[in-house]
Amino acid sequence: MTSPPALSENKTRPSPRTDSRVRRPERDAFMAAFKRNLTAHAFLIGALLCFSIFSWYPMVREFILAFQKTENGETVWAGWSNLTYIFNDPAFWQAWRNTLLFTGLALLLGFAVPFAVALVLNEFRHGRGYLRLLVYLPVMLPPVASVLLFKYFYDPGYGLFNRILESVGLPGQAWLQDTDTAMISVVIAATWMNMGGATLIYLAALQSIPGELYEAAELDGAGILRRIWHVTIPQTRLILSLMLLLQIIATMQVFVEPFLLTGGAGPEGATLTVVHLIYQYAFTFNNYGSAAALGLVLLVLLAGFSAAYVRLSRAGSED
Amino acid sequence: MPHLPRTRHRTSSSKPGRGRTHRRTTAVAAVSALALTALAACGTSSSDDGDSDGDSGGNADAAAPLDPGTKVTLTIDCMPPAAEKAELKQWKEDVAAFNKKYPNVTIEGKQTDPCLEPPRFTAMLKAKSQPDVFYTYFTDLQQVLDNDGAQDISAYVNDKSVPALKDMDPNVLNVLKKDGKTYGLPFSNYTMGLLVNRKLFEKAGLDPNSPPTTWEGVRSAAKKIAALGDGVAGFGEYSAGNNGGWHFTATTYGLGGDIVSKDGTKAAFNNDTGKQIVDNLKAMRWDDDSMGKTQLLKWGDLQKQMAADKLGMFLAAPDDITYMVQNLGAKYEDFGMGPIPGQQATLFGGNDYMIKKGSSPDQIKAAIAWINFKFLTVGKGQFDWARTKADGLPVGLPQPNFWTGDSKAKDDKARAASSTMPVENFQAFTEKPVTGKAEPPKAQEVYKVLDTLMSAVLTNKDADADKLLKTAEQQVNQVLANQ
Repeated sequence: MTSPPALSENKTRPSPRTDSRVRRPERDAFMAAFKRNLTAHAFLIGALLCFSIFSWYPMVREFILAFQKTENGETVWAGWSNLTYIFNDPAFWQAWRNTLLFTGLALLLGFAVPFAVALVLNEFRHGRGYLRLLVYLPVMLPPVASVLLFKYFYDPGYGLFNRILESVGLPGQAWLQDTDTAMISVVIAATWMNMGGATLIYLAALQSIPGELYEAAELDGAGILRRIWHVTIPQTRLILSLMLLLQIIATMQVFVEPFLLTGGAGPEGATLTVVHLIYQYAFTFNNYGSAAALGLVLLVLLAGFSAAYVRLSRAGSED
Repeated sequence: MPHLPRTRHRTSSSKPGRGRTHRRTTAVAAVSALALTALAACGTSSSDDGDSDGDSGGNADAAAPLDPGTKVTLTIDCMPPAAEKAELKQWKEDVAAFNKKYPNVTIEGKQTDPCLEPPRFTAMLKAKSQPDVFYTYFTDLQQVLDNDGAQDISAYVNDKSVPALKDMDPNVLNVLKKDGKTYGLPFSNYTMGLLVNRKLFEKAGLDPNSPPTTWEGVRSAAKKIAALGDGVAGFGEYSAGNNGGWHFTATTYGLGGDIVSKDGTKAAFNNDTGKQIVDNLKAMRWDDDSMGKTQLLKWGDLQKQMAADKLGMFLAAPDDITYMVQNLGAKYEDFGMGPIPGQQATLFGGNDYMIKKGSSPDQIKAAIAWINFKFLTVGKGQFDWARTKADGLPVGLPQPNFWTGDSKAKDDKARAASSTMPVENFQAFTEKPVTGKAEPPKAQEVYKVLDTLMSAVLTNKDADADKLLKTAEQQVNQVLANQ
């Protein structure tokens, strides 16, 4: 920082020599820091270019496309017409209802099940490595293979699940072909496919909890449930809340599972999701404007949700 | 995962040292701007190239045939992949034969398998990265024109550049025209009929040489075939991936109905014909249990069932048989075809080649010369049936069938002479050809709506036909109003 009189002199009568004398140390320091971190900057440029080309540019492009229309070779500004189009599409509201239902069910199953599995795994003293591998195995399978496996399980004619039900005298179900069971069937498949990663993360968090806390709780007479409630959950709150956020963002963008299990829309559109509708607009109807507009709506919703979540969690950590 | 870096960045900005953060932000913005500029520059140059191609020299007299000495290079879609050895061999032979007449035309085939995938095709048109001569479905014309992707070739297509033009089915040529301008030349076409599994027909005591021609007949035959048991279904139908809507349309055409009004502004299927279709499907699926339990099927699923002798009938085009033989190990002699039930009209479709917008006149002429040689000359290229037979490929399917007049007579004779399959199995389909009818406007969006109707009928025992048709009608009207 320069002294106030010198600064005031510079302001009243600019002098190139004085100016350069004042700025040089700052510039020199910048150049020195730049040279010192040259390798780091070089590495950074690659990452920045990748993000610019594959993430940020498409985002900007999507925003622009949402307000454009291409017809007979001409791209023109379309105002709000793409948004009007999607809001007037009956599939829009159905897709949102389905997506929210999927997210709700996926959280119920996909959040609770991996945590419960991690709690159980954490209790094992032997063979934990094998069990971890077993739980993580579905994640290593290609998603398409896993989904097709479930498609076979769910088949109402020769599927494994109905064979099991029938072997114990229960009636077979239509699974993916019934509007009431289609979505939960998709959620079960998705949970099985994706729970391995979450389970390992929870397990790592559980293993970082100091054993003394459990011992103290035990001495105080706490049972298993109270130990989980008063020790495990508070100690893993940070990771649990982070996983919750990531899971909501991921499940709201579900595409592969319904696309492969039910052809996307499912019985009477029961498994049509927002991202599948975006896909249909863009690649089936060649309506990139509406696809971008719907993508924008999804982006705004998820960004709003993330912002609210960050604010809430900050407030929570300050308390 | 993009979320984690964002969180970390937010944390760092809350730390002391805002000046450094500001410089970082500026650097990031600068790099982003550079990247965007570079991308914008790429986009501009590509479009500029296209324009300049269009203005480049060459023979300006469009009606004149290609000068054999012209030097030009063409990139062309849909060269057979290496796995299809015989087809690839034929492609190479044809390129060599073509180059004898036009030694300076370089054909650069692009291997794509399948030739067209809608998502890839849509992205390709957006990026204007299609080859000089690109493959499309008949229904893609509007999409191509919306993306300014194809050259108007009206001035180049005449009886000199395509000598058999007069013998080509005008309905086929018309789907490649818009406002009187021609944008493509056909490669192949199909009309839909009823595909039957001859083995199952015989087992069920039915005559495979006389497939049913009415929906009452289909229902009765389906019941008998399903009665064979062991998971065999009598009749199969699609209800996912927009294929259900496509087949609802084909069935409607067969019964003399329509999907949209003549002026293309209103849905036209919420009537007795629509109700008849829905009621018949519902009866076969739920009352007779002759359609199998597995539904939400799309293209490829019914073929698997039929190739495995688990399905008696479904609506199809002749090339479904080729797919089953080449990909699923079935045999030609096990299948037969009859006309679409109702026979009032049948949905037709097909594929074609278009020429990229901005191609030079010489490129356009060379492209038309190649398409004519390879795909539109009786006795040559794809119509050289003797060679096809010698190469171990099937001959005898009633597809493509866009010839009329003398060309048809010659082609039928050559095809019959080299036939490798019992063509009498398709006699019911070929002897009384049903008038072809093009797909409705906004076909895929309309099919999406009708897919929901089809999935409801085939998965919900209590589906209300009237309500389904009314809802679909309202939604199709909305689609058409959004044109």
